Amino acid sequence: MDAVNLQSQEFSTQRSYSSTPVLQLIGVSKAFGSFVAVHKVDLDVYEGEFLTLVGPSGSGKTTLLRMLAGMEVPSQGNIILRGNRINDLPPNLRPTCLVFQSLALFPHKTVGENIEFPLKVRGVGAPERRRRALELMATVHLPENYYRRNVMHCSGGEKQRVALARALAFDPEVLLFDEPLSAIDYRLKKVLQKELKELHQATRKTFVYVTHSLEEAMVMSDRIAVMHQGRLIQVGSPEEIYERPANRFVAEFMGDVNIIRVKRREKDLIWSGEDVDGSFCVLPPPGEPDICSAYIVIRPERLRVLRPHETADNILIGEIHNRYDLGSRIQYQVRVGEKMMLVEVSRSQASSLSLQMEVTLGWNASDAFTVVS
Amino acid sequence: MTTALPSLLENRGKASLSPALLAIPSLVLLGVGFFLPLCVILLYSFATPRSFELLRSFTLVNYSELIRAENSIWRSFIWSNGLALATCCLLFLFTYPIAHGLCRVFGHWAGLVTNLFIFPLFISENVRLHGWVLFFIKGGVLNGTIEALGWQGGLEVLYQPGMILAGMIYTHFPFMLFPVTLGLAMVPRDLCDAAADLGANRWQIWREVELPIALPGILVGMLLTFVLAFGALTEARILGGQSVIVIAHDVEHAFTYAQNWPLGSALSVLLTLWIGGLVMAIFSKVDLDRILGKKEI
Repeated sequence: MDAVNLQSQEFSTQRSYSSTPVLQLIGVSKAFGSFVAVHKVDLDVYEGEFLTLVGPSGSGKTTLLRMLAGMEVPSQGNIILRGNRINDLPPNLRPTCLVFQSLALFPHKTVGENIEFPLKVRGVGAPERRRRALELMATVHLPENYYRRNVMHCSGGEKQRVALARALAFDPEVLLFDEPLSAIDYRLKKVLQKELKELHQATRKTFVYVTHSLEEAMVMSDRIAVMHQGRLIQVGSPEEIYERPANRFVAEFMGDVNIIRVKRREKDLIWSGEDVDGSFCVLPPPGEPDICSAYIVIRPERLRVLRPHETADNILIGEIHNRYDLGSRIQYQVRVGEKMMLVEVSRSQASSLSLQMEVTLGWNASDAFTVVS
Repeated sequence: MTTALPSLLENRGKASLSPALLAIPSLVLLGVGFFLPLCVILLYSFATPRSFELLRSFTLVNYSELIRAENSIWRSFIWSNGLALATCCLLFLFTYPIAHGLCRVFGHWAGLVTNLFIFPLFISENVRLHGWVLFFIKGGVLNGTIEALGWQGGLEVLYQPGMILAGMIYTHFPFMLFPVTLGLAMVPRDLCDAAADLGANRWQIWREVELPIALPGILVGMLLTFVLAFGALTEARILGGQSVIVIAHDVEHAFTYAQNWPLGSALSVLLTLWIGGLVMAIFSKVDLDRILGKKEI
């Protein structure tokens, strides 16, 4: 399925990045022997944006990132940087910098030497290097006395900061991140995510970030690109991807979701359920007004447990099967016929509900989204 | 909980004793096989020349005899050092590309290449060197092939220092190759990738990343090769004839033909001090901990 790039009016005013693409991937594919890691990806990366590539393991996102860095050469297609084709440009000549998952800090060098490395190999003199290194250390909130400390004696968070400072040292145009926070504990991860976001806003550079965690993507990105099995499925802002997914995979990947298969009886808004019994008022999928078979996608927080006097466009009756405490909300698993539906309610409403109680679930047509596949 | 505590306290006394008990066999072996012979040699070096009685006399005449400037011992000493140093340096140049290949280039073939280098070690060094003699001697394989191809034969390749050096390089090959390979294997791949990505060219990557991290392995290889090559005897004897007398030959001569155990012992003590001193001097200058980044600069 081709990439779906949604440009909705209500979100464009909030964009903090420009509309000129600094990087363009056109039909880029990469095969390792007979295994196709990346299949015909078309993607524009805009100047100054924070773009995240998400997807499960094996979706090709790291391979794509490495092709941008120059570590891999595309088997097909072109990578264009500001109008120049850079497929064969080696990594040391590209204005990109890759922050590795393992950080790849030089263990035999000090913090200062690590940060100064890109400047040293470019022939910058020692006093200028030191000045710049101290400047960068201040930007990433590293104390000055860390300059002489061996890099292996720093904590996980400090090492991240050294890697960031080193990546920024030679002023690259695009910073690439290969799951840098995946091996860090939760609290430190939150702190570093915030710092990365602040760094992005302060430096106004283009960040391309790879992660398998959708939560990280939602929190930090201007735009998200979802990949699956080497293909780019959807690109858009976090709201667009969450509320209007391109297909079931994206819907399921972006969080808990209820999916109902439906078939249209006549050419109107009434559809009948295939895996649950009932007739539903459904808005047709965007761009496919005449389709007869589709899936309804409803997020648990859009589904409501109806009180006795309440009503909705669509209702289902079921029995509460399980309860999950999510902190601020409570999630219930409700058995409807053969299907399990997930619904989220506030704690106050949850106090009146109990296991094995019969409940009425309801949603309006506009609360759901319809996808074709 | 309360019942476990007394037994823990009981076992503590026993636990501190058993590691020492377990070490006793190794200590005995080291003592009898290593330290005791060294002490015997040391004592012999102070005995009267050409005698076999230990602890009967104390004299320094063996040492003064050796340190005398006119003594031919110095020639052998310089030759041994020179050959060992040359072997070390040349071997490093030869083995580094192979080590690089084993770590980075050969891929599936690395195992086969490694086996090809280990395989000759299964054949005794003497036999291999005699094989070289048969190959290089006048009337041997090399000359025969040259004459068969129609060129002028009669090449005198053997019985010269160059040949001894070649033989030493050949026999000490694994002792340099494997430590250097291990040293290079300690360089993580993504470090080189990161260095390239940050703007370093191939030469800079080698100098700034690969060499410093591989240095412990390289040093161990060079040290091992030097120490072994310094004491090498067979190559000089088989391939070199009488062209070069190495220091190990002098030690052997003193113990066998000359029947002068005290002199041989004194020479052994001096050589031990020389090599021991070199090793300690190098390791005091080169701090492995700092190279590996374990200590602050």
